[in-house]
Amino acid sequence: MAAFITVLFDGVAYGSLLFVISVGMSVTMGLMRFINLAHGAFAMFGGYTACVLADRWGLSMFASLPVVLVGFAVVGAVVERVIYRWVSRTRPLDQVLLTIGIAFIATALATAAWGPYQRRLAMPEVLTGQLHVLGVDLGVYRLFLIGMVVAITAVLHALIERTRFGAQMRAAVDQPDAGAGLGIPVNRVFTGSFAIGSGLAAVGGVLGVEQLGLDPNFTFRYMVYFLLVVVVGGQGSVIGSAAAAVALGVFDVVGKYYFPSIGGFLIYALMVVLLLVFPHGLFRRGR
Amino acid sequence: MTAAGAALPSDRWQIGDTVLWLVPVAAYFAFPDHLVLGSQVIITALFTLSLDVVLGYAGITSLGHAAFFGLGAYTAGLLAAHGWGEPLSGLVAAAVVAAVAGYLTSFLVVRGTALAQLMITLGVGLLLVEVANKATKWTGGVDGLSDMTVGALLGVFKFDIAGKTGYVYSLVVTFAAFLLVRRVVSSPFGLSLRAIREGAARMPALGAPVGRRLVAAFTFGAALAGIAGALLTQTTQFVGLEVLGFSRSAAVMIMLVLGGTGRLYGAFLGTGLFMLVQDYLARLDPLYWQLWIGVLLVVVVLFGRGGVLGIADTLRARWAKRSAP
Amino acid sequence: MSLPAFLRAALAILVVVPALGGAACGKKSDDARPAAGSGSAATPAAEAQARTTIKIGMVASFSGPFADISKQLMGGIKTYMKQHGDTVAGKKIELLTRDTTGPAAEVAKRLAQELVVQDKVDFLVGFGLTPEALAVAPVATEGKTPMVIMNAATSIITTKSPYIVRFSLTLPQVCAPLGDWAAKNGIKKVVTMVADYGPGHDAEGAFTKSFTAGGGQVIDAIRTPVNNPDFSSFIQRVKDKAPDAVFVFVPAGQQSIAAMKAYDERGLAKAGIKLIATGDVLDDHGLATIGDPALGAISSFHYSVAHDSPENKAFLEAYRDANGADAGLPNFMSVAAYDAMAAIYDVATKLDGKIDPDKAMDILKHEAFTSPRGPISIDPETRDIVQTVYLRRVEKVNGELRSVEIQPLVAAMKDPGK
Repeated sequence: MAAFITVLFDGVAYGSLLFVISVGMSVTMGLMRFINLAHGAFAMFGGYTACVLADRWGLSMFASLPVVLVGFAVVGAVVERVIYRWVSRTRPLDQVLLTIGIAFIATALATAAWGPYQRRLAMPEVLTGQLHVLGVDLGVYRLFLIGMVVAITAVLHALIERTRFGAQMRAAVDQPDAGAGLGIPVNRVFTGSFAIGSGLAAVGGVLGVEQLGLDPNFTFRYMVYFLLVVVVGGQGSVIGSAAAAVALGVFDVVGKYYFPSIGGFLIYALMVVLLLVFPHGLFRRGR
Repeated sequence: MTAAGAALPSDRWQIGDTVLWLVPVAAYFAFPDHLVLGSQVIITALFTLSLDVVLGYAGITSLGHAAFFGLGAYTAGLLAAHGWGEPLSGLVAAAVVAAVAGYLTSFLVVRGTALAQLMITLGVGLLLVEVANKATKWTGGVDGLSDMTVGALLGVFKFDIAGKTGYVYSLVVTFAAFLLVRRVVSSPFGLSLRAIREGAARMPALGAPVGRRLVAAFTFGAALAGIAGALLTQTTQFVGLEVLGFSRSAAVMIMLVLGGTGRLYGAFLGTGLFMLVQDYLARLDPLYWQLWIGVLLVVVVLFGRGGVLGIADTLRARWAKRSAP
Repeated sequence: MSLPAFLRAALAILVVVPALGGAACGKKSDDARPAAGSGSAATPAAEAQARTTIKIGMVASFSGPFADISKQLMGGIKTYMKQHGDTVAGKKIELLTRDTTGPAAEVAKRLAQELVVQDKVDFLVGFGLTPEALAVAPVATEGKTPMVIMNAATSIITTKSPYIVRFSLTLPQVCAPLGDWAAKNGIKKVVTMVADYGPGHDAEGAFTKSFTAGGGQVIDAIRTPVNNPDFSSFIQRVKDKAPDAVFVFVPAGQQSIAAMKAYDERGLAKAGIKLIATGDVLDDHGLATIGDPALGAISSFHYSVAHDSPENKAFLEAYRDANGADAGLPNFMSVAAYDAMAAIYDVATKLDGKIDPDKAMDILKHEAFTSPRGPISIDPETRDIVQTVYLRRVEKVNGELRSVEIQPLVAAMKDPGK
């Protein structure tokens, strides 16, 4: 029983990791419906920035999080204004082509700047080791990830469902023309949303380094995982993404523990089944 | 170029078609040192064309199309490794296996949103990679399948190191496949596919069985991809696990969108452009190719819609407007 | 609309300028090359002998997920060429590098064909990954071109062509001695954990065979998916089985880092479960990235930067000199490339710059010298590397993590996988 609880916890923690690195994309792609395959590039550069901050100025990972969040929100806003804005919102294939192009550029730039090797980002001391709770060992880093997921989901959900900005965003995505007619500054709302998504992507990159490593190929290596979480979660729902990530994580980890020989199949098989049963994702904002 | 045919396809063979198909023939004589690259471009173009049937004509977004390419590659490879090295029958077998797999998969795919299609095809592709890796005894797993003897083509032409036989073989097969695809997409069946793509909801009202049409298109595309995979196996005499992989599925989609979807020649143009630029740049510096291919993709999207052929259309329209005041 | 218009113009310039520059570069290298077909009457070998250069064609994946391997290989090659100059027996060494742009066997084969047919190279080198080597093997045979493997580690490679010689390692070569050692040193029960692909199966097989032959018992064999971001469940399973040790082989990089971190976090060391691994899990370059969780890990391997010998000291200095201080440490891959270059230079010297493929193979087959890793030789029967396998433990040396060699396990170890 203790073994099962430990494994279950690990599954939730792994799902949290999947969510943390994908949450930026569940804003840009899930909410804004912009197929953003360059999401991983923001995450990767977020991770590298944290490394540079740590190497140059000795900033701890915690201290670098707000810097990265704000910094990449600005970068995201700029990218949205100068590139993404001019791409048709109605032609998803153009978005695929554009964002893959950006992913290629990002990979090349990262290789040029930091070489092809894995980078290390020191975890703060408090996040290492395990806690013993009721006879079960819980990794502190994993607990922290779960906490981050709860916090990010709550804040984002509140932002989207409860604030004026969130209402404008939902309106702007669904009916840009009507929204503009009602006086919603559609362009500014898009820029703002994209900035939030990019900032979160970068934060996810920083938090994920410990487990996922960091090298120039990051964008492509984890592209499938980002897509998995966002698409299974359903468009337009941050809670859906969180639920999907945790479900995939638990299923994957529990499966690997009890049936290691088919470990590689499970996550993909679950994805296919979930999408067949819920073709629009687990959670889908009404309409 | 039949770019104007985006609206309605014309089945008539025009002089432009002949000129276009003379390009690879001329390349055979002009670049005798680059025939292996040439044959790989042609094979990939056939693969891209097969995706065009699925994506460009039937409107099914597939990010796992390499699954069928890989199945074809492994079919031809396993046959050749177990003593059946006759190339043409290998192609047929590959097409059949890929078609069966495509037919079965299509039921998971034809309904559902574009994103769900994308992810289900992706999932099927990734599952197949795992299966091929697990079946190391048969497929060689990550180490790949080697030790095959591919027989002489028609019992006469051996596959040579300079790639002459491979080039001509790939070109002839691809040309035949092109004629077939062209025929199919301009048939009533092809027209109904377009209509479905434009508005699937309306088609049942007109009495068209949407599901069955899409299943047929997906199966056809899978079979063509299988042929392309078998060609690659027979010309390289090696099958690596990555024939099934995500990056191949993604690359073929990039090439198709780059050239322009739903217009046959877009597949050839996009593939040629991508692979030749990549080969050229990778020779200069491995960093270069990623950077400039990336820039190329961004530029194509920013400059125009519908890939390179789309840009050509736009330019032509602009020019026509200017010259006709 | 003026801003995007400006950007488009800027991007257009960005594309055009390097294209022109590239065209100029291409022209230059074409001029340097003898015109194709100029020696149509002569055989390729005769033509190659008449040249003023010795051409080495390198096929490896310089971009994509395995770019770090090629970086190490290039580091080793550069080191040797900087140390010994780029002229041998009066002929200039010309290195032609070709990028496979990621794991793609058909591209590797195509590039090798072009190098042999068009550029008429005297040697094919590189091959970070097994499929690349296996796909190219027929080209070496048909083109009669010596092919020197610098990294790929699957046993069967050298059997695929009489023109293949290997300077790296095979996995059974390092795993079998470790199994033997474990059985003799108080380790009774082991769980094996390997990546679920060819090399992983090789490692599992070789370790299990020698470990059980020595009286040990493998109580569970776990195979992890090749692209596996999270090891917690596998490591937890190991912990719950409570063996004396866990044997690990996963690809170096993200996988080895994640596996080591999970080992540390689960407190396996505290639970008395030792970690024994192949040396690539704890490769010299990546060790710093893994960090302190690696401390105390036992591994068996043929090279460590901590190897104490004058040859290794000279190599490390030369490596830093040729690649700069930022390049970090070399690892077993650079050393293999370095030794391969030493062998090629030796062949060129002995043949006085006239590279005949069969004579070259004859010399390569009988190579024996002291490498930075220790004494190595080539087995003339299998054309595979013969070398000393050491037992090492990760320790801190002057504040840096190093795999310190404790003892040689087997001297002159041949590949037991054939």
